[in-house]
Amino acid sequence: MRRLDPFLPLLCAVALALLAPVLSPYVSDFVVKVMILSIFALSLELLVGMTGLVSLGHAAFYGIGAYATVLASGTEGGSIALLLPLAMGSAAAYALFVGALSLRTRGVYFIMVTLAFAQMAYFVFHDTKVGGGSDGIYMYVRPTLGAIDMENRGVQFYVVLAALVACYGLLALVRRSRFGAALAGIRVNEQRMRAAGFAVYGYKLAAFVLAGALAGLAGFLLAARDGVVNPELLAWHNSGEVLLMIILGGLGHLRGAIIGAVAFTLLKELLSTHGFVGPLADHWQLTLGIAIIAFVALLPKGIIGIAARLSPKGST
Amino acid sequence: MDIGTFLVQCLNAVQYGLLLFLVASGLTLIFGIMGVINLAHGSFYMLGAYMAFALSPLFGDQFIVMLVAGVVLAAIFGYLLEWAFFSYLYQRDHLQQVLMTYGLILVFEEVRSLLMGNDVHGVKPPPWLEGSFALGSLMSYPWYRLFASAACIVLAVALYLVVNRTRLGMMIRAGASNRDMVRGLGIDIRKLYRIVFAAGVALAALAGMIAAPMSSVYPGMGASVLIICFVVVVIGGIGSIPGALVASLLVGFVDTFGKVLFAELSGMGVYVLMAIVLIWRPEGLMGRKT
Repeated sequence: MRRLDPFLPLLCAVALALLAPVLSPYVSDFVVKVMILSIFALSLELLVGMTGLVSLGHAAFYGIGAYATVLASGTEGGSIALLLPLAMGSAAAYALFVGALSLRTRGVYFIMVTLAFAQMAYFVFHDTKVGGGSDGIYMYVRPTLGAIDMENRGVQFYVVLAALVACYGLLALVRRSRFGAALAGIRVNEQRMRAAGFAVYGYKLAAFVLAGALAGLAGFLLAARDGVVNPELLAWHNSGEVLLMIILGGLGHLRGAIIGAVAFTLLKELLSTHGFVGPLADHWQLTLGIAIIAFVALLPKGIIGIAARLSPKGST
Repeated sequence: MDIGTFLVQCLNAVQYGLLLFLVASGLTLIFGIMGVINLAHGSFYMLGAYMAFALSPLFGDQFIVMLVAGVVLAAIFGYLLEWAFFSYLYQRDHLQQVLMTYGLILVFEEVRSLLMGNDVHGVKPPPWLEGSFALGSLMSYPWYRLFASAACIVLAVALYLVVNRTRLGMMIRAGASNRDMVRGLGIDIRKLYRIVFAAGVALAALAGMIAAPMSSVYPGMGASVLIICFVVVVIGGIGSIPGALVASLLVGFVDTFGKVLFAELSGMGVYVLMAIVLIWRPEGLMGRKT
């Protein structure tokens, strides 16, 4: 089993690809939603888990990616080849702005500044007519690329799955690269990295922009799936939830982000379904809030932490 | 903009800024002394506003008595909350503090919805503060807003005196500048934490009570105040009460005049201000270099 471990994510992806045609529309839709959130969570894992930067404004990049997609597709629709780079590019551009300023601070300040700049983006979409104000805007035609048409649910599933695999693969490569090693060094001891001659600010900014671009990718997929965007995508609740996903799964592991996305979405679904919790479902915020506090208090290492504790040798 | 409008807007800006100061001063002290990032601080503001809504029919004319009663209740609540919840957060890292206080917000919001419903409510100012007075020939200004500013100034002065002239204040200042040293000097830091936290909750709730007759009382009102207060704390510098005062007034002016001059983009003004401060002095106007 342990020898299989490194291939587990790939096996899961293959299994999903094979299962896709037999899943019911409800389950398939749910899986697509979770996969998009997984990409979003992975992008934040690059910041929080790999670099040690706690950002509480990550939803801004997700929302900007989604808005860019819908705004640029206009009434005619657009090509994925154009919209995808645009979505990731706009998210990365805003990440460059926010990162350049917020990385001048650290710790508690960094958390507050990222939150505040995300809120600024929220207000731009909420208060101005750029994106239809508080109601948001609809996408008339979903993006296409040759035979790939996001209008088709089956195609959507495979596109999102491919994006998730690509994102996971990219981050796995980053972790092994010199760049990733530098980020890990910054997380563990920034002072020492600076003393060793690393341009710490540049590394952190690069990580911030890359994370923003990947969140933009998640935003693009979300817009292509839902066909509608509204300012709530950028709201700080989203930033809080995605942060929760990565800690719920287990910080410092790429698969933790995905496990967390699955677990959190299931938990939220469970707590707001009458079939499971009866009348409490109407007050899911209460139960979710208590669940969050309990999880963070009791399982600071996340779900992966439980697995590591259970297995006698301890796994990664 | 004629002079009358200008004056009215100045008064509004000062009043808004002072109100923010009440919330932000507690927030900045809790950061500065306990090192806890508290996302739920906005909920205490909401608590105050809902208290004003619930208590004002009981007290009627006796608005000041109501404020005092509310402050006492809020301080007790804060004291208990620190004992039951926040005292467990000090040893945890910022990420866990963020998430646990985020969970707390959800709990508070839902409890609020269970107790008070999700409607928007109005709170009437007390009868003796209704109406407005003339300002120049065309403009008028509500008495209640003037009262709000005056009350905030009184509180700010009281806060200044407590922090700068009393033994407790000395411990608070010492705690904000070097937590470990205070602990080392044998001061009962747990008691100090509890007092500071209760005071922070009381100040935020008081701001909420004072604000209630001016802005309506509505779900989610805590979140918007919280984020603006983060901006204030970042601009002013963590742990600095004078910094919080200067930053609150700056934010009050930028926000108020932003609304007058650039209607649509007004929401952005304070964030642009924050960006400028971050470029110029990343540690905040009155913060210490780290």
